[in-house]
Amino acid sequence: MQFTTPAGRNPIDQLKVVGKPVTRVDGPLKVTGNARYAYERHEVVPNQAYGWILGATIAKGRIIQIDTAAAEAEPGVLKVLTTLDRDPVPPGFRATVHLFGGAEIQHYHQAIALVVAESFEQARAAAHLIAVEYETAHGRFDLAAEASGAKPIADRDSPDSPIVDRVGDFDAAFAEAPVTLDESYATPDQSHAMMEPHATIAAWADGTLTVWTSAQMIGWHREDLAHMLGLDKEDIRVESPFIGGGFGSKLLLRVDALLAALGSKATGRPVKVALQRPLIINNGTRRAGTMQRIRLGATRDGRLTAISHHSLNGNLPGGFAEAAVAPTRLLYGTPNRDLALKLAILDLPEGNDMRAPGEASGLMALEIAMDEMAEKLGLDPVEFRIRNDTQVDPAKPERPFSERHLIECLRTGAERFGWSRRNPSPGAVRDGKWLVGLGMAAAYRGNLVTPSKARIRLERDGRLTVETDMTDIGTGSYTILAQTAAEMMGCPLGSVKLALGDSAYPASSGSGGQWGANNSTAGLYAACVKLREAVAARLGFNAEDAAFADGMVTSGNRSVPLAEAAKDGPLTGEDGIEYGDLDKRYAQGTFAAHFVEVGVDSFTREVRVRRMLAVCDAGRVLNPITARSQVIGGMTMGVGAALMEGLAVDRRFGYFVNNDLGGYEVPVHADIPHQEVIFLDYPDDKSSPMKAKGIGELGLCGVGAAVANAVYNATGIRVRDYPVTVDKHLAEAPQRA
Amino acid sequence: MSESPKLSASSGLASASIAEAPAPTSPHPSSRSSIPHSSVSLRVNGTRYALTLDTRTSLLDALREHLHLTGTKKGCDHGHCGACTVLVNGTRINACLSLAAMHDADEILTIEGLGTPDDLHPMQAAFLRHDAFQCGYCTPGQICSAVAILDEIERGVPSHATGDLTARMEASHSELRERMSGNICRCGAYSNIQAAIAEIVGGAA
Repeated sequence: MQFTTPAGRNPIDQLKVVGKPVTRVDGPLKVTGNARYAYERHEVVPNQAYGWILGATIAKGRIIQIDTAAAEAEPGVLKVLTTLDRDPVPPGFRATVHLFGGAEIQHYHQAIALVVAESFEQARAAAHLIAVEYETAHGRFDLAAEASGAKPIADRDSPDSPIVDRVGDFDAAFAEAPVTLDESYATPDQSHAMMEPHATIAAWADGTLTVWTSAQMIGWHREDLAHMLGLDKEDIRVESPFIGGGFGSKLLLRVDALLAALGSKATGRPVKVALQRPLIINNGTRRAGTMQRIRLGATRDGRLTAISHHSLNGNLPGGFAEAAVAPTRLLYGTPNRDLALKLAILDLPEGNDMRAPGEASGLMALEIAMDEMAEKLGLDPVEFRIRNDTQVDPAKPERPFSERHLIECLRTGAERFGWSRRNPSPGAVRDGKWLVGLGMAAAYRGNLVTPSKARIRLERDGRLTVETDMTDIGTGSYTILAQTAAEMMGCPLGSVKLALGDSAYPASSGSGGQWGANNSTAGLYAACVKLREAVAARLGFNAEDAAFADGMVTSGNRSVPLAEAAKDGPLTGEDGIEYGDLDKRYAQGTFAAHFVEVGVDSFTREVRVRRMLAVCDAGRVLNPITARSQVIGGMTMGVGAALMEGLAVDRRFGYFVNNDLGGYEVPVHADIPHQEVIFLDYPDDKSSPMKAKGIGELGLCGVGAAVANAVYNATGIRVRDYPVTVDKHLAEAPQRA
Repeated sequence: MSESPKLSASSGLASASIAEAPAPTSPHPSSRSSIPHSSVSLRVNGTRYALTLDTRTSLLDALREHLHLTGTKKGCDHGHCGACTVLVNGTRINACLSLAAMHDADEILTIEGLGTPDDLHPMQAAFLRHDAFQCGYCTPGQICSAVAILDEIERGVPSHATGDLTARMEASHSELRERMSGNICRCGAYSNIQAAIAEIVGGAA
């Protein structure tokens, strides 16, 4: 199905099932421990052997030799593969590093050997007996030190934008502006820290490979594996029905799958490999830390006349930039702008996508800058943002937003949160020993449309089977796909059987970039239209005027049970959604306003988040339960980004020191208060037939700045270097006590 | 919604029967002579299993790799994340930090022993109602902890958040949040998890 013109009225608009607060259909499996994740698939193939990965203990250099004799002599060891056994495998299509092979070390904890043994304990013990001799080389590990050699670089995700994105004349406008701000901000390297480690079981049969893995993108994993192993992708099957969290870490094929496949090939046994937790942070990818400079110019009545946003990050040679300036293109209307990215070379683990890449980091800076500017102007921060809203792409005024209700987000949030009670003078509100502050931020995240396919089959008994390689990484895909099928076919939710996350099924959008919900359901919508046509044809109806409801197909005064259409055999509808240029003609985005109340201990400067509210404008909400969970999950990650998360670089040896869940602190129960989410109801007919948009990353965007702004309001101390930790406060606090 | 959709067979529902089956044999019989092994008898979810294990086998790996009770999760293998929380003789522990050989004759309760998809434990049902999870990987540990902390509070076991140690302990929000803080949920379902536990507390009160 080609989606080239705005959606008219369609069966989804009935909203009998779609849009309803349906509890997760995969929930009973998950709450009972019966959802099987990759490493747990004992049943899929017998005689599984265990792999253990050894990581390099230098960040840059070469391996001189690897002595595996002691490891190979250990009981139960079947094989020791080393990186010296083969040439480097090529990097994946969207990645920078090569995952295995060759003597060169590009980053710390790069995989250099795999031990395959009969048991996990044997493989682990043997791996510790491998002796590696290295020749270390000089590495670059300090972003600030490398800043002077950084080069301008284009935004990978906005190939149409020039390297330096200029509109109007920023320099002149900034020079003339009566009120200006010029500040620098820093965000640290962050880790996805998903709960389920990367894990894969691999097995070969007759030259074909099957991997049971943990993948957000089935198609990408299959392509990468074919590319790395020199196979035809038709000879690879990837299954990933349950994924224990991703946040971008499982977009790309990782070394667990590659080494499970190589280990299996070498031993003739199915091999299972999980990346040990202490390896994940340095072996995997990170959200690259940034150094950002923002300059704002405004009239005295608070109209932005000039905006400049520059961001620097580091990555391995050939890597890409963290597009922190991306949200600045579309969030506020400004006639003069100047946006640029720079990339320095760092020999740290690869910088790549993490939830809301670009926007999350950029808004952490931009939305503090907006708070600071509002204070300079003597304007309320909510009002300042309202004054600078835009209904068109500021660089292309002829390109309107498809739907944009940021002002309503801001006003609704302010009203519901009691924003009017905020004291604009920082450090002025006390509750016992607590300094209390309110902060807010606006948020923007793009709505990405991408093709997605699905198949739906009406079985003889009237039940429906949905097949697509779409994944559910906790986002609720199972549930919203079931709702879509039920709505389209006029069936109860319970009659829909779902088979997801398998490369044997039609290729979907996959899960990433908050594109999964809208695109995968739109692909299923297209397949359902095909099935409706097949049913109508079988029953002698005109598909155009046949209504599907309550298990019946009705046209005129004739009504037939849906199951009747399949009594002589199943009927199948298979199709996908493909998009025209509506996302070019219209800016498609999602918007939010975040409000936060914090208490800061006046003695210790410990920050406690007391209340949080998000108001989201993200198209039709397909399921308010799962959508709300996506948003509160983002808000929680935003609290982490604001107050605790940061990878600590050892600048001598070139690795992230806090490489586990004890050292890389993420929010826990005690850190998070009750969270409120409000969804505005603005279906977007330019987005897809579902009229939905993404929401999973919007929930994170802006949250960090809202927390930081609340801390400032509480204390009067402005920290521009995330995370806002006690030490940074105490550096200034004594003079202010 | 009265009826739940069915997921595909590949994501199946096989483990309920595994608990009744004899324990799979140790996967490496040929090497037993050269690696210390020990016999251990575990009673898991009411079923007794006699196992001969490599002494290095954690309780977590005994459950997941030997008994195929994979509801208990391995998130970090270091006692940081809480995904492997099980109850041993009524007390919650991180199964990754404990060797199976230390648990001879112990009574172990895992997520599979609390309830099944067709017969949920009240805490499991509350998690489902409140959408107290997303990816589901930390969920069994969260639920086992949630069940255990209510018992801890009932027994008057104090926590960092407890105020008056001589007063009757209340299942306050701060008590619940403090006691659950060893169970990380990166999807960030904390607000919903607290609502689920609070519902059970309220219902029991």
